[in-house]
Amino acid sequence: MATLSLSGIEKSFGATRVLHGVDLDVAEGEMIVIVGASGCGKSTLLRIVAGLESPSAGRVRIDQRDVTALEPAERDIAMVFQNYALYPHMSVRENMAYGLKIRGFARAEIERRVAEAAALLELAPLLDRRPRQLSGGQRQRVAMGRAIVREPKLFLFDEPLSNLDAKLRVQMRAELRRLQRRLGVTSLFVTHDQVEAMTLGDRLLVMHQGHAAQLATPMDIFERPADTYVASFIGSPAMNFLAGRLTAGGTAVALAAGPVLRFADGPRPGAEGMPLTIGIRPEHLVPAAEGLALALDLVEPLGSESVLHGRLANGEALAVRLPGRPPAVDRLTLALPPATLQVFVAETGRRLDPSPA
Amino acid sequence: MERKTVFPQRLLPYLLLAPQLLITAVFFFWPAAQAVWFSFLRQDAFGIRTSFVGFENFTELLADPTYHEALRNTAVFATAVSLLSLGLGLLFAVLADRRIRGAGLYRTLLIWPYAVAPAVAAVLWIFLFHPQVGLIGRWLNGLGLGWDYKLNGGQAMLVVILAAAWKQVAYNMIFFLAGLQSIPPSVLEAAAIDGARPWQRFWTITFPLLSPTTFFLIVVNLVYACFDTFGVIDALTKGGPAKATETLIYRAYVDGRVNLDLGMSSAQSVVLMVVVILLTMVQFRYVERRVHY
Amino acid sequence: MSNAASTTEPGQRPDWLAHGVLALGVLLFVLPIWVVLMGATHDAATIGRGEVPLLPGGQGPANFAALFAGGRVGRMLGNSLLMALAVAFGKIAISILSAYAVVFFRFPGRSLAFWAIFLTLMLPVEVRIFPTFKVVSDLGLVNTHAGLIIPLIASATATLLFRQFFLTIPDEYVEAAKMDGAGPLRFFCDVVLPLSRTNIAALFVILFVYGWNQYLWPLLVATGEEVETLVIGMVKMIGSEANTEWNQVMAACVLALLPPVAVVLLMQRWFVKGLTETEK
Repeated sequence: MATLSLSGIEKSFGATRVLHGVDLDVAEGEMIVIVGASGCGKSTLLRIVAGLESPSAGRVRIDQRDVTALEPAERDIAMVFQNYALYPHMSVRENMAYGLKIRGFARAEIERRVAEAAALLELAPLLDRRPRQLSGGQRQRVAMGRAIVREPKLFLFDEPLSNLDAKLRVQMRAELRRLQRRLGVTSLFVTHDQVEAMTLGDRLLVMHQGHAAQLATPMDIFERPADTYVASFIGSPAMNFLAGRLTAGGTAVALAAGPVLRFADGPRPGAEGMPLTIGIRPEHLVPAAEGLALALDLVEPLGSESVLHGRLANGEALAVRLPGRPPAVDRLTLALPPATLQVFVAETGRRLDPSPA
Repeated sequence: MERKTVFPQRLLPYLLLAPQLLITAVFFFWPAAQAVWFSFLRQDAFGIRTSFVGFENFTELLADPTYHEALRNTAVFATAVSLLSLGLGLLFAVLADRRIRGAGLYRTLLIWPYAVAPAVAAVLWIFLFHPQVGLIGRWLNGLGLGWDYKLNGGQAMLVVILAAAWKQVAYNMIFFLAGLQSIPPSVLEAAAIDGARPWQRFWTITFPLLSPTTFFLIVVNLVYACFDTFGVIDALTKGGPAKATETLIYRAYVDGRVNLDLGMSSAQSVVLMVVVILLTMVQFRYVERRVHY
Repeated sequence: MSNAASTTEPGQRPDWLAHGVLALGVLLFVLPIWVVLMGATHDAATIGRGEVPLLPGGQGPANFAALFAGGRVGRMLGNSLLMALAVAFGKIAISILSAYAVVFFRFPGRSLAFWAIFLTLMLPVEVRIFPTFKVVSDLGLVNTHAGLIIPLIASATATLLFRQFFLTIPDEYVEAAKMDGAGPLRFFCDVVLPLSRTNIAALFVILFVYGWNQYLWPLLVATGEEVETLVIGMVKMIGSEANTEWNQVMAACVLALLPPVAVVLLMQRWFVKGLTETEK
C-alpha cells in the first residue's frame, strides 16, 4: 500500500511527442483508471510508472521515494498485462512463485502465499497446469495471482480485460474491483472502455492525445466534463453538441437551431455573440409541445429503452433516449431543460462555468 | 497433414513426381543399397575375387585402434565445433537482438560467413595460422612458441576446429535470432517486473523458451561437424599430421579413394549412415514435442 | 523487430558493451578475409618471405590477370557458376513439381512417394559417396557437367519447404480456380508460382551457396580439368608448400568467395526468412 505521485511526465519517441506534462497524485489504496482512445498515451504512461520506459522529463515517486531512475525490479510493483504474459514453460504454481523465488523468499513463505492467492482466485485445482491448457479467464486470474503474491506497493493493469469475451469481461470486472478493495492496494488501471472506467475507478484520468484532459471521480466526469472531448467520450450514446452564441449579457445562449435558452445556474463571462458549444445528453432531452423539431431517420429499439436519431431543421444531428418502446412517429418536438445543459467555449472546447457570484 | 481441396487428375501427379523420384532412386537409394551390400563384401589384394564376409568388415573396423582414434577425433572435433559455434552464435544473436543503433548492420555483417565454403574458410585460416605465411602463425613463432600445425597434432586439431566453427557461427546466429524474436516481449517484461535482472531473465525465461531452436541446432551442428567439414580437413591438414585430424568421414574417403578398399569404405559409410539417421530421427521426434506455445 | 523489454529500461547493461562484443565479432569474421584480400594485392615474394601485409599493395590487377592467364581459372569460374545455377534452378524446379503433386492430388502411392523423398534427408552425399560415384561412372558421366550436377538435384529440403507452404494456400483459391475452369497446370502457373515467389527466392540463395561450395563430390567426379570447380581448383593450387604461389592462391580465394557472399548479402532478407522456415 503506497502513494504514487507523477509530476510533469513527458515522453517523446524520436521527434514524436507522446506525453505532454502529465501530473497525478494517487492516495493509498486508491484505484485510478486511465482512460482514453487508442494512441492517447495511456499505455505509455503506465509503462513509465512500471519502469519499462524512461520518461523524457518528469519524475515518478512511489511513497515519496523517487523511482524514476530505478529498474522495474527495484520498484516493488506488480503488473497484469493485456495478453497476461504468463511464462509458457512453467506451471501455474511456478508462474506465481517466480517473482518470490527471484527475490529469495523462503520456500515455506512462497508456498503459503501461493496457496492463499490460489484460494482467493479459485485457482487451486489448476496449480499444476501449463498456461496453454487454460482458458482466457483462467489465464487472467493466474496473471492476477502472480501480481497478488508479491504483495507489492502498486498494482498496474494494462487493459487486462480486453481479450476476454463480453460476458466474461463483465464478470471479471466485478471480481477485480472486489479484489482490489479487499486487498486495498493502490492501483493504476488502463482501458479504452468507458464502462470499465466508470465502474472500476475511484477517480478517472481521461487522456487525449498525450494530455490529461480531466482528473475527477466518475460522477464528476459524467456530470461536469472539463471539455467536449471528455463529454463525448463518457456516456453512451454520446452527448449531443449544438452550436450557439452567448447572448443577453451572458445569461442565455442563442442556438443556431433557433431557441434561446436561459442558463439555470448563472451568467457566463464572455463577449456578446461569443460562439459556444452546448452539450446535452440524449437521456436529458424531453418530448414536449414546444421546442426543437427533430426529423427522425433511425430508430434503435433496445428493449428497456430506445435511441432515436434524427436531424434538426438546420441540419445538426441529434440523438434522444426514451424509455420503453419507440413512438411510432417520424417527427418529434424536444425541449432542452436548462438545468441539464453543458456549456463549452466553441473555439477551445473547454467548459465555461458561471462567473463566481 | 492434407489439403481439403485437390485436383482430380490421376496421371499428372505421377508425371510431376517422376524427375525427383527417378533421380532419387538412381542416385540415392541404389547407391545406398549398394553401400550396404558392399559393406558385407571383401576384395582380395589384387581386386580379382570378391567374397561375402558377413559382418566381418564391421567387426574388424570396430576392433581397429585407428578407427577408434578416428572416432575419438570426430567426437572431440564435433563437440568442440558445436559448442564454440553455438555459444558464439547465441551470444551474437542476443546482442544483435537489442534495439541498439546499427543492430541491422551488425546482423548483416555477421551473416555472410554462411556463404563461405568450408574449404575456402579453411584456406582463409591457413593465411592466419600457417607457420610461414600466416599472420598469427608467424607472430606465434616470433614469440618462440613453436607453432606449426603441420607437425603438431594438437595444434592441427585446434586450427581445424576454429576454421570449421568460424563459418557455422553465422548459421546458428540466424536461427537464434529468429527464435529470440518469437518470444513475446511482454513475457520478458513480466519477468522484469517480477524482479528478475537481465542475467536472470536470460537463464530462467529466454533460454528455456529457446530450447526447441537450441535442440534443432545441436543436431544440425553435429551433422555439419561430422560431414560438411570434409573440405576443411582436406584443405588444411589432409587428416594429418599422423592422422591427428582424421575424422570418420575423412577416413572413409581415404579408404575408398586412396586405399581402394571398397568393403571397408562401405562399412564406414554404413556406420555414418546409421549415425545420421539416428540424429535426424531424434531431431524430428523431440523438436515437435518441445514447442511451448 | 526486436525485443522491446531491452530498450529504454533504466539501469540496463550499457549499450557500449554490446557494441564492443558485436564489433569484436565482426572483426573476427572480417580478419581472415581482410588478410586474404590484402595478400591478393601483393607479389608472391612478399608473402613467401612471410611478410603478411595488412595494407593493400599494387599487385592486385596483375595477380588477377596472371590468375586468369591460361584460361584454367576462367574455366573453373564458369564451371562453378554453372554448377551453382544448375543446382539451384534444377532443385527448385524438380522440388516444386514434386511438392505440388504430393499436396494437390490424391493417388495410390502418394504417402510412399513422400516418405521416399523425406528419407533422402538422412542421406547426405558424403555418406553414399563411393557407390554414387560408381553409378555415375557406370553411366559414363564421370568428368562431365551432368555427372557433377544431377546427383545433387533431388534432395528433400526444398520439397519439404514447398510442401509446407502449399498446405497453407487457402482452399478458396483452388475452388475459385476450378469454377473459372482452370486445370491443375493452369492453377500452378497462374496462382501457385506467383505465391511462391518469396520461397523460391530464399531457396535460390541457399541452393546457390550449396552448389557453389560443394567439395567432396566434385573432388571425386572432376577427374580432369574440364569440369573442375573453383573451390576444388583453389585448394589444389596449394600444392607442395615450396612452390605455392600464395598470392595467386589468395586471389583465387577471393574469387571463390565473392559470388556466394554477394548473393547472400543482396538477397539477405529472403534468405534469412527461407532458412528459418526450412526448420521442419
